[in-house]
Order: sequence, then structure tokens, then C-alpha cells
Amino acid sequence: MLSHLRPALVLVAIFTILTGLAFPLAMTGIGGALFPFQAGGSLIEKDGKVIGSALIGQNFTSDRYFWSRPSAISGPDPNDASKTVATPYDASNSAASNLAPTSKALIDRVAGAVKTYREKAGEGAVPGDAVTTSASGLDPDISPENAQRQVARVAAARKLPEERLRALVAANTAQPFLGFIGQPRVNVLKLNLALDSLAAAPPNS
Amino acid sequence: MTWNGWAEIALVLALIAATAWPLGVYIARVLAGERTPLSAVLGPAERGFYRLAGIDAARGMGWKDYAFALLVLNALHFLLLYAMLRLQYYLPFNPQGIAGMSPRLAFNTAISFVTNTNWQAYSGESAVSYGSQMFGLTVHNFLSAATGIAAAAAVSRAFAGGGLKHLGNFYADLTRITLYLLLPGAIVAGIVLIALGVPQTLSASVDAVTLEGAKQTITFGPMAFQEAIKEFGTNGGGFLNANSAHPFENPSAWSNILEIWLLASVSFSLPLMFGRIVGDMRQGWALFAVMAVFAVGFVAMCYAADAGGNPLLTAAGVDPSLGNMEGKELRFGAAMSALFAVMTTGTSCGAVNSMHDSFMPLAGMIPMFQIQLGEITPGGVGSGLYGMLVFAVIAVFVAGLMVGRTPEYLGKKIQAKEVKLAMLAVLILAFCILGGTASSAVNPDALTQLTNAGPHGLSELLYAFSSATGNNGSAFAGLSADTTWFDTMLGIAMLLGRFGYVVPVLALAGSLAAKPKLPPSAGTFPTHGPLFVGLMVGVIVILGGLQFMPALSLGPIAEHFALLAGHTF
Repeated sequence: MLSHLRPALVLVAIFTILTGLAFPLAMTGIGGALFPFQAGGSLIEKDGKVIGSALIGQNFTSDRYFWSRPSAISGPDPNDASKTVATPYDASNSAASNLAPTSKALIDRVAGAVKTYREKAGEGAVPGDAVTTSASGLDPDISPENAQRQVARVAAARKLPEERLRALVAANTAQPFLGFIGQPRVNVLKLNLALDSLAAAPPNS
Repeated sequence: MTWNGWAEIALVLALIAATAWPLGVYIARVLAGERTPLSAVLGPAERGFYRLAGIDAARGMGWKDYAFALLVLNALHFLLLYAMLRLQYYLPFNPQGIAGMSPRLAFNTAISFVTNTNWQAYSGESAVSYGSQMFGLTVHNFLSAATGIAAAAAVSRAFAGGGLKHLGNFYADLTRITLYLLLPGAIVAGIVLIALGVPQTLSASVDAVTLEGAKQTITFGPMAFQEAIKEFGTNGGGFLNANSAHPFENPSAWSNILEIWLLASVSFSLPLMFGRIVGDMRQGWALFAVMAVFAVGFVAMCYAADAGGNPLLTAAGVDPSLGNMEGKELRFGAAMSALFAVMTTGTSCGAVNSMHDSFMPLAGMIPMFQIQLGEITPGGVGSGLYGMLVFAVIAVFVAGLMVGRTPEYLGKKIQAKEVKLAMLAVLILAFCILGGTASSAVNPDALTQLTNAGPHGLSELLYAFSSATGNNGSAFAGLSADTTWFDTMLGIAMLLGRFGYVVPVLALAGSLAAKPKLPPSAGTFPTHGPLFVGLMVGVIVILGGLQFMPALSLGPIAEHFALLAGHTF
């Protein structure tokens, strides 16, 4: 027993220092030096203020913006800590609905979301990503079909021609590498940032 | 299902297969203490560690000595982590001022990490300080993975010759695997992950003001290094609650491909390490083939079952062309979510990039079934190989029964004692999984923790005990598992599933090592051809799988037919 204690203790101590302290700190140094933007969370700044991360979705509710996917994140109610309230895209947390495919709660929620979506985006089958919650609750992307279906609403709210917005969505759509690595997708925060600068610029520029 | 989905799956599987042979040979060389390209740098460090710790790396250990060393080191490390989680409020690197864990949650979490399970009954954002993540969880990610590979090496050596007294030196195996394999792998992969967008910073969260003027607090931390070892060591415990589905842990299609490769590459290479240790690569390829048959078959089934979307949602007006998107991230899509799910449960990793709880019933059954097979397709690092060798012993025993000869595996006679030990290991899994599920299903307090009703509720319990016993760590996460009942029961299941399995297996190895190695004769059943591969696949499905069929029929299979009939719960 005692002959095993020393090697066990010393190895645990050495590897705690090595893999638990030295290398994480070294990696932090290397990462910060080589890739400061990524290592720091891919933060986007505007006028010197952090407005979000390129990798983390945001909750958009105004008709003037493209909307992200529904988010299942919830948190304690600020008025009553014993209750929970929906806190979509709260990036100090992350969560999924974990509802089963046969869950009545899921079917009812999606049916309600389909109805709301169609009120703004017209009839027809609704893109799957537009009414389902993601695995993290922070999904930064939507499908190109979902973005195109929102163009009419945003164009009306901003009084911009739809063709310009369709072109903007197309320009902000990432296509799969070689046609099969990755998914066609639109980063909502970047699209909305482009939308704001488009609206700020004169129409013919 | 789309052609590009299948093409992306094929690409990743090809990458994993391509690295299996070189990686397996490299690991065998490292474990034998041979010179490798990294020896010039790491050799002095390795020898320094031995001197400090009083280790004679050349001293062989018998199976009891080896098992004892393994248990002592892991017990010590468990106590250290338990203390750290309880006291983290007072320890350094806690910028968010996170409180210490409750006794039961610290117990569950410490067991979870020492057993390479990484079941998360806690939420990474709010319950674990940076200090605990680094000095505690990350270190366990290394040492529990190295423990598994060391045990697999010890079992492999039992077949290498006749009349062997020793299975190797546990401390040397552990040190070499950590220094020459896990650490360099985690460093390179960690830097690539940072480049792809995974944060690595010691600063706490940032408050952003969104475009609509709301406040968004964004949590990150020193994640990339832990992300790398969490996959490479098939650990799976996420820095954040959503694990590898979180855009910070897994930001793009590229990081996703890298993470799948990381979590599967070592497990698929270990049969070839085995081949080199026993001096017959064909034996290694046969075991590799068994693992590959299952992995490819399960990926195809899971993708096919999930990619058609949920007919109940299609009826509600949803376009099914993207697949079943509830609980999935758009950047991965249906194909890469299915592949990740199958690879993370086929290995004992348990990281997730999508929520298995929301998979279509039959698609969600595949990950669960893989864990129940005993985590051997290809299994966790090390544990997959020794689990596979247990089934090899049983397969030759079954073949021996059919033709009426004393079975042999690699020239070692398999007799009553070996078969009993192998069956003991297999039955421990069924005992913990089915016993735990059944006792929870009759406990009213346990049932209040379920998110879903009907057959899916049973699936949540069955998945939890499968995952804990198989040391996987993924979940049907609708189960709120931080209760006294679940923290305790799942903690016990994790302990028995790891150490109640590895001790009989080391005993089996010790018994086999001592036997003479008989030369093959005309009557020897060859264990490297397609016939043996087919036999093993059959034995694994019939022996490993059938004991879970009744439970699966009541859970996911019943749910599948309910869904077809339009029933909701």
C-alpha cells in the first residue's frame, strides 16, 4: 500500500501542475498572441462598444431586423426567484428544450410558432429552423430560406426595396465548402449589422 | 437524407480510418518505451518524473499489483477533486465567485470524472469555477483517459507470450500515454480550435449591448485546451452546459470535423496497438473491422431515422427538408449531428453537438444501444479495446461449443475461469443499467424529474443508467439529475461500470498471461478472417444486445409506433 502511495501522489501532483496549470496558461498566452480575436470570444465592437459575439446568436424582436431561431434558454424570474421565465439568447447560460418528438408540449409550441411565423412571412411550409429551438439556445445562424422569407417584413418596416434585401441576404449566405462540408447558412447578427449600415448609406452607393 | 450529408459522413469516417494504423503503432511504441520523434524533448522529463516519484519503469507488475496501483491512484485523485469542488469558493481562479458544490453533487461529479464518464449533473456556466475546470476536470480528462489506455495495454500484453508473470508497469504506462500522446495531441488540437474560434481566456464574461439595445452577458473562459482533451481522451464533459453544441465549444463545420476525429481516432487505433503488441497485425485488423462494421451501420441507421424530419411537425406546417431540427444546431445539420451522436456514444466520449433527447425515437435509440453494447464500437480510449477482448474471449468460447473443442484465442486456452470472468464483466453492465432503470421507474420522487411523459420518460431513465454504467456521459438531458437519488445511484453505476469492469478484466488478463502460448495447429479456429469478424458481430448483438431488447421495446420502439399512429404524450 505505502509503496503505491508515493508514485500515486507524486504523479497526480506533477500532472495537476502540468496539465492543469502550465499548459492551460501557456495555451492562453499562445492563443492570445496568435489569434487574439478568436481567443477572446470573437467579439464584435461598434463605436468602441461590444455589441455581441460573431459566434453567439442574439434575440431580435423588432420588425426592422431579421429574427434568430427560437431559443429554449430560461432563467429565474427577477421578480420571483421561485419561478423561471424565458430568457432567450442569454449567453451566460445555454440550454435546449429536450422535448421528445412525441411531446405534446413540443407539437403545441411548434404549431403556435408556425401560426405566428405565417402571419409575418406568408403561407406555405415553414423552414424547419424557424420554429424549432436549437441545441444550445444560442444558434447564431438561420437557413437561407428562413432569411428570404423574412425579407418582405423587414423591407416593409425599413421602407427599403425587397430586391436590395434579397441581394443582402445572398451576400451574407455562407455556402458549404466544396458543396458538402458545412451547411448553407446566414449569420443573423452579421446580416443585421450589414442591414444597419445599408440603411445608413445612400441607396445608390 | 442528402448526397452531401452522406459525403460529409464518408469523409470524416475515412479520416478516422486513415489515421488508425499509424496512431496505433505509435501508441504501441510509446508504451514499450521505444524511441519516438518526441523522445528527445520528453525523455528527460519522463525520467525526471520517475525519479521524483520513485518509480522503476522497468519493474513489471502482476495483475493484482497493476490493478491495485490503478485503484490507489484513481482513489486519491477522486478525493482531491471532491475536496476541490466542495471548496472552490476559497480557491484561486474563481472570477465569478462560484460557490462550492453540495456534497452529493461533488460526489457525483468527482466520480463522473475519475471514471472517464463526465456525466454532467451540474451546469458548467454556473457551478464550476475556472480553477476547478483547470486543476480538477482538465487533469482528470488526462489521467482517466491514460488509465483506460494503460489497462488496455496491460490486457493486450497478456496475449503477447506464454508463461508471463507481468502485465507491465502501471505508472510508466500512465506517464508515457499522458506525455507522448494526450498532451501533444491536446496542444496541437487546442491551438487549431482557438484558430477556429474556441475562446481561451482567463477573463470572465463580457456584457454586450445588442443591436436592439438589450444587455447580453456572454460567458467564456479557458475553453480550447479543455475542449481538445475532452474529445481526445473520450471524456466528454463540457465547459458549458450545451457541451459541443455551444457555438463557443464547436463554432463551425471544421471544428466539428476535428472534434469528431479527436474523439474517435484513438479508440479506432487501439486494435492496431493490440496487433503490434501481440505481434500479429491481422488480429488487430479483425477487431478494427468489428468496430467499423458497427460504427458504419449505426451511423447509417441514425441518419436515416432522423433526417426525414418529425411527421407530427410536418403535419403542423413545417418543411421537413432540413430534417428533425429540434435540439440541433443549423451549422451541423442532420448528417453531422447523427455522426457526432453515433461516434460520441460508440466511443465513451459523451460530448454532444445536438440533443439526443429530441432525436426521432429510433434515431435516439441508436446512441443508447451503442452504450448498452458495452462501449466497444469502438469504445472509450482503452476501455473499448479491453471490452472488445472480453467479447473475443466469449466469441471463441461460443465457437468452441459449436465444434466441441477447447477454445483458444491467440494460442491461449480459454477455460472455465476465463469465461466466468468475462461473463462477470458483461453482467455487471446489465445489472447496473437495468437494475438502476427499474428501481428509478418505481420511485415516485425519481419520476418527477422527467421532462417527457409516456414511453419517452422510460427512455430518459434507461439512457441515464446506460450512460453512467457505460461511462459515456451523454444524456437524454430532459432528466434533471441533480437529486439525492440520481446523484447517488448514477454515481454508483459509474463506479461499478468502470472499476467493477476493469478489475475482472485485469484478473482475466492475469490468468491468460500465465498460460503457455500454444502454436497454431490444423484445428485452431483462425481469429483474423471474415468468419471470426462475423462471429464476433453476432455474439455482440445477441449476447450484448438482446438483454436490453425488452427495455428498448418499452421505450424508443413503443414511442416510434405511437408517433406513427399520431399519439402524443
